Amino acid sequence: MTTTAVAGTRASEAWRGFAGTPWRERVDVRDFIQANYTPYEGDATFLTGPTDRTRAVWGKVSALFPEERRKGILDVDATTPSTITSHAPGYIDRERELIVGLQTDAPLKRAIMPNGGLRMVENSLKAYGYEPDPFVTRVFGTYRKTHNDGVFDAYTPEMRAARKAGIITGLPDAYGRGRIIGDYRRVALYGTDRLIEAKKAERALLDACASSTEVIRDREELAEQTRALGELTRMATTYGCDVSRPAATAHEAVQWLYLGYLAAVKEQNGAAMSLGRTSTFLDVYLQRDLNEGVLDESGAQELIDDFVIKLRIVRFLRTPEYDALFSGDPTWVTESIGGMGEDGRTLVTRTSFRFLQTLYNLGPAPEPNLTVLWSPQLPFAFREFCAQVSIDTSAVQYESDELLRPCTGDDTAIACCVSAMRVGRQMQFFGARVNLAKALLYAVNGGRDEMTGEQIASPTPALTGEYLDYDELSAAYDHVLDWLARTYVNALNVIHHMHDKYAYERIEMALHDYPVHRFMACGIAGLSVAADSLSAVKYARVKVFRDATGLAVDFRTEGDFPAYGNNDDRADSIAVGLVESFMAKVRQYPTHRGAEHTQSVLTITSNVVYGKHTGNTPDGRLAGAPFAPGANPMNGRDRHGVAASALSVAKLPYEQARDGISLTTTITPEGLGHAPDERAGHLVGILDAYTSAGGFHMNVNVLDRATLEDAMQHPDAYPDLTIRVSGYAVNFVRLTREQQLDVISRTFHGSL
Amino acid sequence: MRTVPTATTGRIHSWDLSTGVDGPGTRFVLFVNGCPLRCLYCANPDTWHMRDGQEATVDEVMAEIEKYRAFITTAGGGVTLTGGEPLLQSAFTGEILRRCKEAGLHTALDTSGFLGTRATDQLLADTDLVLLDIKSFDVTTYRKLTGGELAPTLTFATRLDRLGIPMWIRYVLVPGWTDDAESVDALAGFVAGLGTVDRVDVLPFHRLGAAKYAALGVPFRLRDNPVPAPEPTERVRDQFRAHGLSAY
Repeated sequence: MTTTAVAGTRASEAWRGFAGTPWRERVDVRDFIQANYTPYEGDATFLTGPTDRTRAVWGKVSALFPEERRKGILDVDATTPSTITSHAPGYIDRERELIVGLQTDAPLKRAIMPNGGLRMVENSLKAYGYEPDPFVTRVFGTYRKTHNDGVFDAYTPEMRAARKAGIITGLPDAYGRGRIIGDYRRVALYGTDRLIEAKKAERALLDACASSTEVIRDREELAEQTRALGELTRMATTYGCDVSRPAATAHEAVQWLYLGYLAAVKEQNGAAMSLGRTSTFLDVYLQRDLNEGVLDESGAQELIDDFVIKLRIVRFLRTPEYDALFSGDPTWVTESIGGMGEDGRTLVTRTSFRFLQTLYNLGPAPEPNLTVLWSPQLPFAFREFCAQVSIDTSAVQYESDELLRPCTGDDTAIACCVSAMRVGRQMQFFGARVNLAKALLYAVNGGRDEMTGEQIASPTPALTGEYLDYDELSAAYDHVLDWLARTYVNALNVIHHMHDKYAYERIEMALHDYPVHRFMACGIAGLSVAADSLSAVKYARVKVFRDATGLAVDFRTEGDFPAYGNNDDRADSIAVGLVESFMAKVRQYPTHRGAEHTQSVLTITSNVVYGKHTGNTPDGRLAGAPFAPGANPMNGRDRHGVAASALSVAKLPYEQARDGISLTTTITPEGLGHAPDERAGHLVGILDAYTSAGGFHMNVNVLDRATLEDAMQHPDAYPDLTIRVSGYAVNFVRLTREQQLDVISRTFHGSL
Repeated sequence: MRTVPTATTGRIHSWDLSTGVDGPGTRFVLFVNGCPLRCLYCANPDTWHMRDGQEATVDEVMAEIEKYRAFITTAGGGVTLTGGEPLLQSAFTGEILRRCKEAGLHTALDTSGFLGTRATDQLLADTDLVLLDIKSFDVTTYRKLTGGELAPTLTFATRLDRLGIPMWIRYVLVPGWTDDAESVDALAGFVAGLGTVDRVDVLPFHRLGAAKYAALGVPFRLRDNPVPAPEPTERVRDQFRAHGLSAY
């Protein structure tokens, strides 16, 4: 009774002035936002610059970046496997910091997370000149099995071969799968006591159920979730914060939310550790403090700036091989901003602007991955501000709110680059991707790998004609894709079974409802290479050159063929057909825990590595040459400018690629207009038009080729040069040389 | 055999989509072949001769434009005819402009004005904006630079003014050829006297067309001419601004 009374008092103080009822009775952050937020239709003139305090804190931590860049990592704690409570509190500048909390006891010092895989940890340490700790090696090598060990116990020889050949790649079988977004806002709104209570109530629903394998697993997971919330509470206490109760001020709301997120990045080294959709939620608290006169605009901006500083320095220990795949040390702290509400009000608030303003106050940076949910219905002043920020920083990506809202509602957030989910109600099993271009070569070669000659796919008759025949090739391709979809989904089921078992995301899942809706996020790479190759076979003549063993190793195209990326249905319909048919094939195979099948057309920076492992293709691409990223047309084959290229991509059906379709564009400033003050308006027009045409995602870089070439030569002069690469942003100078060249060789729209 | 351009068939080089350089917003830009001038700085020598173009019917062009109608409308753009000199095939050009207007699209005509007399009043009524390239305001320089005469362009400009048709004046700044301050000032004075000029675009000369000359085996006489530095470019813009014009 006493506890309830105290909790009641705490809640009434913390929730003073808030409207609405349902969110008080059940955990429902969306309902809270809808009942309390203040849409903002005005312009950016209210924003303030960085305070001296902000400059000092950012200056102190950013002074460490050059050394980190030089060494690869600044420091690592090699002896303490990370948990929510493993490390003593750490600070950048204890006197000045407003928002506190680090992953370890010092900024940029990385932690080890061997649950995912011991070898990954050991290889990473060795790569950066650190010795693996013998105790850690003994525990995780002898007593505690890892996710990685589990997966390889259950992989079939076929799965291993497909993985080794690179036809299925980037699988999260040795690292954390990530792409799960905890609803960190819940920590601020409810406090952990209330969340623990709710978890216990969910668990009690299972008491009467028969103890099937599924029910036992759910009970155990709910127990772990509850335990993790307790650990979050204890970790927060070490920073002097009582997150057991709801946040009572804006400062506390930002701090509580961040501590929830911090617990997640202390527990999981996920490929993408995204934040969710927090700005409009936080705006409710900031607005209340502004109304109460306890905060001014500069103070509000300072809280967001300080929060963003913390998000910019999230670090994980990863191997150089991982870096070759996902270059630039990305963490995908994706924050989804803007969008429209289901009731027609915009979800843009002043804090939507404040998040974007951090790119000016702290300078451009790749993280957090600021993602605007775009709609032509957004207030014009906000759209224009976003476009201006893109022109000035190239650090923003856009996703269509018009496609998202009908599918996942108006509390959707993006995980990683383009993966949509309802915050706290849906999660996904990240599935990397398959190489559609290589699969096409398998079709030509009867399932043999074009690089090694090994039989990888189940054998089919190789095509033997001097010239490729479209119908024959299409039929063979269909067989290979059947094999690929089956092998792929089954491999993913193994991976996610083991990840749930050995590296379960306790705190992230504690910040979800039970039961949760799951997606199985498959993916495809090499779409434009495959589509153009098929177009070449269909509309031109493609002669095959074979080696002594009969393996097709080269092609010569005679005549012209339409290429994907020119808004030409002849080629674009081939790409659409591939997306549709592979999705249909994937759907045939049951998934781990009944997850809903989805797929993405996304490569991140891995288009370079996939290209390296794929032979000559019938479209004229040479062996080893990079693929185009994501759903992009092949470099240089889109000949009619950004609008034509975007319209081709917009034809890919989102309902058959619900995990997202990524388009990266690079436009020179002049390409957005001769008059500088008109460029933002023009970019708004392009984004509105692309969204209206059904386009899903667009990365926008506004850069000169000369700038990038100069940055390659003089990296130290461009520490902040940020560019968007297929769904995330990176520091250009942190890309590998190969990837830098790939970025530069891509079509620069408007360069004449 | 060469096809004579008619109201239904013309010869075109290519089409493209551009933003904010060929009129307002994102636009469908049709390059038609054939030009009576031979500007020394021309970046598109591959559009000089009608015979080098490919034949296209108005229906074919309109079908291509139709694929972009929603996009360019939403993006606040339209259709621009350029070249080459679009008034060389004035019947074909006029027909496309008319069909675009019927389709509710904003239309722009990029021309030197040298063949201004070929533009009928009806053609101009179907034109929302003329991008008028005035290559030089000095008769002698104009002749040396383009091989043609300045007078028809000025006559065309005053006619557009009289008809109330909005204009963007384009002026390519070529060091040693068109950067003479007095001549620029005289041009600015003339342009300021036209009532329908919305803006002046000062376009720095560039040599990016050099590869096309090499491919065609045609000498590019300004191959070694310097490109303008930012300061003199801004100085020329200021000269236009001093006459109360918006210059970019």
